[in-house]
Amino acid sequence: MRKIVIDPVTRLEGHLKVEVMAEGGKVVAAEAAGTMYRGFESILAGRDPRDAVYITQRICGVCPVSHATAAAFALDDAFGVQVPTNGRIIRNLILGGNFLQSHIIHFYNLSLPDYVQFPAIAPFTRHYTGDYRLNKETNERLVGNYFKALEIRRKCHEMVALFGGKMPHQVAIIAGGTSMTAQKDKIDAYRKLLAEIAQFVEKEYAEDTRLLANAYSDYFQVGKGPANFLSYGAFPLDDYGRDKLIGAGVYIGGKPAGVDIGKVTEDAAHSWYDKAADGSPDKTATNARYGKAGAYSWVKAPRYGGEVCEVGPLARMWIAGRYTSGVSAMDRIVARTLEAALITKSLANWLDELDPGAPCEAPVEIPYAATGVGLVEAPRGALGHWITVRNHRIERYQAVVPTTWNASPRDAGGKPGALEQALVGLPVPDADNPLAVVRTVHSFDPCLACAVHVITPGKPVGEFKL
Amino acid sequence: MRNLSRREFLRLCGATGAALGLTHAIKPEILEAFAGPAGGRPPIVWLQGGSCSGCSVSLLNSVQPEIGKVLTDVISLQFHQTLMAAAGEPAMDVLPAVKKQYAGQYYLIVEGSVSTGDKVMYSTLGERDGKPVSFAEWVKTMAADAKAVIAVGTCATFGGIPAAGSNPAGSKAVSDVIGGVPLINVPGCPIHPDRVLGTLVHAIKYGMPELDHLKRPTVFFGKCVHDLCERRPMFDEGKFATRLSEQGCLYKLGCKGPMAYNDCPTRRYNNNTSWCVAANAPCVACVEPGFPDHTSPFFERMPEYGPAGTPSPQPHQGKIIGGDK
Repeated sequence: MRKIVIDPVTRLEGHLKVEVMAEGGKVVAAEAAGTMYRGFESILAGRDPRDAVYITQRICGVCPVSHATAAAFALDDAFGVQVPTNGRIIRNLILGGNFLQSHIIHFYNLSLPDYVQFPAIAPFTRHYTGDYRLNKETNERLVGNYFKALEIRRKCHEMVALFGGKMPHQVAIIAGGTSMTAQKDKIDAYRKLLAEIAQFVEKEYAEDTRLLANAYSDYFQVGKGPANFLSYGAFPLDDYGRDKLIGAGVYIGGKPAGVDIGKVTEDAAHSWYDKAADGSPDKTATNARYGKAGAYSWVKAPRYGGEVCEVGPLARMWIAGRYTSGVSAMDRIVARTLEAALITKSLANWLDELDPGAPCEAPVEIPYAATGVGLVEAPRGALGHWITVRNHRIERYQAVVPTTWNASPRDAGGKPGALEQALVGLPVPDADNPLAVVRTVHSFDPCLACAVHVITPGKPVGEFKL
Repeated sequence: MRNLSRREFLRLCGATGAALGLTHAIKPEILEAFAGPAGGRPPIVWLQGGSCSGCSVSLLNSVQPEIGKVLTDVISLQFHQTLMAAAGEPAMDVLPAVKKQYAGQYYLIVEGSVSTGDKVMYSTLGERDGKPVSFAEWVKTMAADAKAVIAVGTCATFGGIPAAGSNPAGSKAVSDVIGGVPLINVPGCPIHPDRVLGTLVHAIKYGMPELDHLKRPTVFFGKCVHDLCERRPMFDEGKFATRLSEQGCLYKLGCKGPMAYNDCPTRRYNNNTSWCVAANAPCVACVEPGFPDHTSPFFERMPEYGPAGTPSPQPHQGKIIGGDK
């Protein structure tokens, strides 16, 4: 038995350490640990509730818009305010544009260096060696698109900034709607950038995903995890939240069901927090206890009805019935690409639905006391914010973020988190170069600051359609 | 290409948006100044501590020069957690190697605040002899042999968001944990890529840029947002917005432009696309040491310091809320 420690796992947001025990060339046990703590929940206490939108998006510089949206939903809920149609659509345009940015940066800039050989210059030198199997032509194509993707993801941000003011950390999403109005010149500029991004997604990103999936088709057989899924849904298509582009739902033990938010609990048995962190997110408190016996992570262990769930693009596409071919490291990558294509198409429709000149924000009044819940999807998965307002100020704030689900440690019952489960069984023929481990970790697109159906191996995988 | 004088270079930095001519100036400038280590490209170590990675993401939004060019032709980015191919031990081995091989020649860039005191282990990076190593220790170790340290983003420069409220992680600014090495602060939440790359090139080519009392380069942080703001005429005429989506000065809706010193109104973010006030949102003075505790509530009118009951322009925020770092 050999212990392999990867600290830090790079090319992801934040600080993640992964420890696996390998025996007979396979992973037999795994631990995932978040190694950085900032304490957002405590930072928010006592503030003007409206400020939660700007403060919480600073949880993550890669998916700030999802936090801003979750906070705005929680405030809309707490304040009892109805967001005007334009406000709803502009929020979708800001969030959707950042989904594209995030999915593109993940595939090309965070994931590809696990599979592609880059020129031997910093920051690409000193990588794990071994199983790189792309032919010269494909390798060159993907290296070229790594740099093209940097430009396209920058343009995604420019598109978002048209309505959001700046990215990261947009400013237009506020309680009650958006500060930014539906101006015609902004709509036109957004449409122009979107056309270029859509072309990249449809022509390059889709094809590059197919090339990668074909060359590494055995990754459709590893990295499965719990195969339970959770999605809170995102992108409301009407003003009452009845219909969403990405639906809410759970899929547990092979059975689909609706989301009962009361079933979401957190557990800190193996996390560096005291007992107050255990329970329903609308009641818990987050008090740091570094060094607590038996704990190994700053990430808590959220569970749905006691079950471990995976969240993210594969969970969403699975629950929507849009992609159900398998659960694996490579299926996560494919589902993410499919989702990027879906969002690209929807953004163009939403631009058409804007009514220039119509209101985008509703007046809000901060109540003396209220509670609110904001549920949305981040590019990495289900995101929930819970707020309690008292004396017109934030009394309590709790965020349960996607990577808390995916990279959770063991719970009180000893059940490992989704990523920990997905790592078990991975091949590690060379313990000094645990490529399959980092590839599978990256397939989840972990974001630590915020906190795998099977096909025949070797068979070409060109079956997914955009 | 002709060698630029420092004055000409500063004029380029002061120019905004598409006019920022760094692309044309940057490569020969750097190579000439740095005909030595790492194939003529200055070695850079970029460490991330108590951060959201937003400053790294914002760096990738650089247009002039385009970021791909920066990575391949301009700098030698030896260590950057979000971009480097290496992981785990091979990644951590880079730091002692750079420290030794390029002692006195590499630039250390720090993003994020530093957990200190009895909370120093709240942020760790890598292991030594099976024990986690604190981020604070890495910052001190790598700063000791750096040519200069550049703290980027408001968390690294002033503590920022992690140091707000009860400061649950004992977060401090980089300037509070290192000494004896030249330090430049480039705040912002997130940083503007022009300001970071412009500062870096200045440091490489011409040495330390002119800094204000908060160690910020005056070329980027010398003017008050309120004075540069496109809605300043509305303030002077008393045209105040009564709701954010209305056109008007946002002062009464919480704009902290009068206490913020930078060039956002002219430089704007994301390839000159927009900035906070242009999106009908108040400036939250994110480049100031008071962010966020003393620049919030974000949507409430700021306290009046001025004798005439008007806010403009305010003395430096640092003097009001706790003095120089």
